[in-house]
Amino acid sequence: MDLHFGDGKPTDEERAAVDALLGPPRSSWEGAARDDMRAADLRWARGGREARERRDLLLPGLHALNDRIGWISEGALGYLCRRLTVPPAQAYGVATFYAMFSVKPRPATVLHVCTDLACTAAGASELCAGIEARLGVGSGVSVERGPCLGLCERAPAALAVRAGDPVRTAVSAPATVEGAVLAASAPDSAPVEPPAAMAVPQAGDPSLTLLRRVGVVDPSSLDDYRAHGGYTALRRAFELGPAGVIREVTDSGLLGRGGAAFPTGRKWQATASQPDHPHYLVCNADESEPGTFKDRVIMEGDPFALVEAMTIAAYATGAHQGYLYLRGEYPRALRRLEHAVAQARARGLLGEDVLGQGYAFDIEIRRGAGAYICGEETALFNSIEGYRGEPRSKPPFPVEKGLFGKPTVENNVETLVNVLPILTTGAQAYAAIGTGRSTGPKLFCVSGSVDRPGVYELPFGATLGELLVLAGVRDRLRAVLLGGAAGGFVRPDELDIPLTFEGTREAGTTLGSGVVMAFDDTVPLPRLLLRIAEFFRDESCGQCVPCRVGTVRQEEALHRIVERTGAAAAGDIALLREVGRAMRDASICGLGQTAWNAVESAIDRLGAYE
Amino acid sequence: MTAVPLGVPRRMVEFTVDGEEARVPEGATILDACRASGKDVPTLCQGDTLTPKNACRACVVEVEGSRTLVPACSRRAEPGMEVRTDTERARHSRKIVLELLASSVDLSTTPKAADWIKEYGAKPDRFGPDAARVDESPKIDNDLYVRAYDKCILCYKCVDACGEQWQNTFAISVSGRGFDARIAVEHDAPLTDSACVYCGNCVEVCPTGALSFKSEFDMRAAGTWNEAAQTRTTTVCAYCGVGCNLTLHVQDNEIVKVTSPHDNPVTHGNLCIKGRFGYQHVQNRG
Repeated sequence: MDLHFGDGKPTDEERAAVDALLGPPRSSWEGAARDDMRAADLRWARGGREARERRDLLLPGLHALNDRIGWISEGALGYLCRRLTVPPAQAYGVATFYAMFSVKPRPATVLHVCTDLACTAAGASELCAGIEARLGVGSGVSVERGPCLGLCERAPAALAVRAGDPVRTAVSAPATVEGAVLAASAPDSAPVEPPAAMAVPQAGDPSLTLLRRVGVVDPSSLDDYRAHGGYTALRRAFELGPAGVIREVTDSGLLGRGGAAFPTGRKWQATASQPDHPHYLVCNADESEPGTFKDRVIMEGDPFALVEAMTIAAYATGAHQGYLYLRGEYPRALRRLEHAVAQARARGLLGEDVLGQGYAFDIEIRRGAGAYICGEETALFNSIEGYRGEPRSKPPFPVEKGLFGKPTVENNVETLVNVLPILTTGAQAYAAIGTGRSTGPKLFCVSGSVDRPGVYELPFGATLGELLVLAGVRDRLRAVLLGGAAGGFVRPDELDIPLTFEGTREAGTTLGSGVVMAFDDTVPLPRLLLRIAEFFRDESCGQCVPCRVGTVRQEEALHRIVERTGAAAAGDIALLREVGRAMRDASICGLGQTAWNAVESAIDRLGAYE
Repeated sequence: MTAVPLGVPRRMVEFTVDGEEARVPEGATILDACRASGKDVPTLCQGDTLTPKNACRACVVEVEGSRTLVPACSRRAEPGMEVRTDTERARHSRKIVLELLASSVDLSTTPKAADWIKEYGAKPDRFGPDAARVDESPKIDNDLYVRAYDKCILCYKCVDACGEQWQNTFAISVSGRGFDARIAVEHDAPLTDSACVYCGNCVEVCPTGALSFKSEFDMRAAGTWNEAAQTRTTTVCAYCGVGCNLTLHVQDNEIVKVTSPHDNPVTHGNLCIKGRFGYQHVQNRG
């Protein structure tokens, strides 16, 4: 590679932000001042393969710049590229891929206001208008309307990010104009967020399994975690050995909770048996499905549980390095997990010799930067590796060629946390919970027109109606969205649908990631569908034609019929069906394949345009 | 039917395509098998010298047991696979893909596009006059080639040719995302400020004419470009000792562009700036 870095120079601050991550440059080959090192530099060239192997630090490097400066200038990008031997065109492609980065100058403070489903139903439009009116031009705050912030139980929500050293963040939820403006103008003095347990209406209920420690345990204390049963599952794992752990997980019948419901034991077994090494473990914490916030609540309320569960999964599958890919919009979860990982490392629960068992494992946290597509497992690999978060084509599957081209097991947060009760209570006891084919407890994110929104834990098999009663569903229910934007709507007379993978499938819908969003008849359905279409158009990576152009055509058709029904809408509905079918059949990944689900269900089940 | 490869013998994979037995060497794709048996599966992002990105989805086929359609250009044939290339489902997706593309970009210089649009009954106009299009004017910032991104279907071929598959210059990449994704150099700068070395290998692989020689671009604009009147002569480049093959495209006794045979085992269609663009001295007759 003969790279061309251009003439742009970083400012001292930009250079410092990159150097804080990568260390000072060793020679002028990677951007140090020429005068200091000329003699040494003439003898050898630095960079090359050694630097290219650090390519995966590109995303952290972009974060470092964005956090310190607020945007990424030409000079800064060039310097980062020089340090990592990354071609600037590729780095530019990566920087412009993520919604949280900007390659154009912008104010140091960005206020992200969620305009997604739950927040729109709770008045996000008026909130945005109010905030923009208050923060006129020259306020030093850039207001950006964006997708779900994962704070649906406190909708509407806003997240302020102020660049600097260190970067400061503040959340306002439920957001008022005053609250959001305060968070943006003085993030340090904004009111503290309520504890994670506030998102768990059942908190303290002794029947809980996955959420039992949320609100009970001190999320910053490893001792407290251990006092509440922490690390008994890992000890049990070491007793069982890797094959024994996989057997327990297989026998438990655990299905992945990220939406695809793949048998976890089978995935682990397939990875563990790969001859190629090293193996990697990836925890998918890029919870970006609109309406989903369960992983956030676990990570904020019981972070050590995730660290322990990742350690078990890695041990079972023969991985010594784990990556926790966390969505960029979760600053509090990031802080809690960074602390938990550091604590665990300091106490010998991560590192060279976990629990004195001679097994080495460590976790690196990687922050996403605002891209729903990075929740797709192969797009997530690309994102970690420092490429655009575009999905790869399968096969080969991740168990064979995943992260860095090596066998990789990827599970989401909720799936991993289920491993703890499987090991502590045994596969039999675990499998006795729920139904025959959907075993164990399940987390549901309930939001919208309910009195007690939040994360609910129920054994598989409870009905949609039971869950909604628990959450205090309001009168005049018009529709329920199951599974988020990629899921589907059901009618108020379908509340006896059992909340199991097979039950929802039989009812022609999906459980997805566990979203249950209730809408009463005050919510204008066509506008909601338009928002879903806009979401997919915004979040499409653009790689394949059916999704890149199909999502645009879908949104255009919905715009045309937003105020129309019956015969006047029939032509466009037929068009939607045709395009939707091709998107489902021919898109590379799940984003394009599901982008038409919710709209289709609204037309077919709710009669949205009749 | 059998696709016979050159090189070391490989195991053969047996499967069926549209009910007929097919045998291809291990590692061959479904598309290889289709082509060997004379089936016309439309492709845009597939190229004979590159590993396809399978991004255009024009070549999707049905594979028994697969939930979604699969791209024939990159799915390798597996023993016992049952492939159906011409089902209503596959044809529907291809038709929609053609409609989506033709409604968003200019396919007028894409070979075969018009034929496929006709064959599949695609009606790009039905998305209405307000359908969003890639609205870009041609980028003319150097004397060698022009980038007309309103013709770009984002097949990634130029990115791959400039990057790790051939040139290793990495001057171009994809920026932005979704419908706003574009092929770009760093900071969307002019080509002259980028890492481009003007090998023109991106022009060689572009399937739509989004990248074209300045000479061709100017002649098309003037209405004098006439491919039927051009002769092609393959010769050897005289600039250095490597001996790359050049194909000179000549119209009215003027070289109008230079390509390179893709089946040449040395160049595979790639050239350097001199071979590709350095032909003016031939025409200095004064």
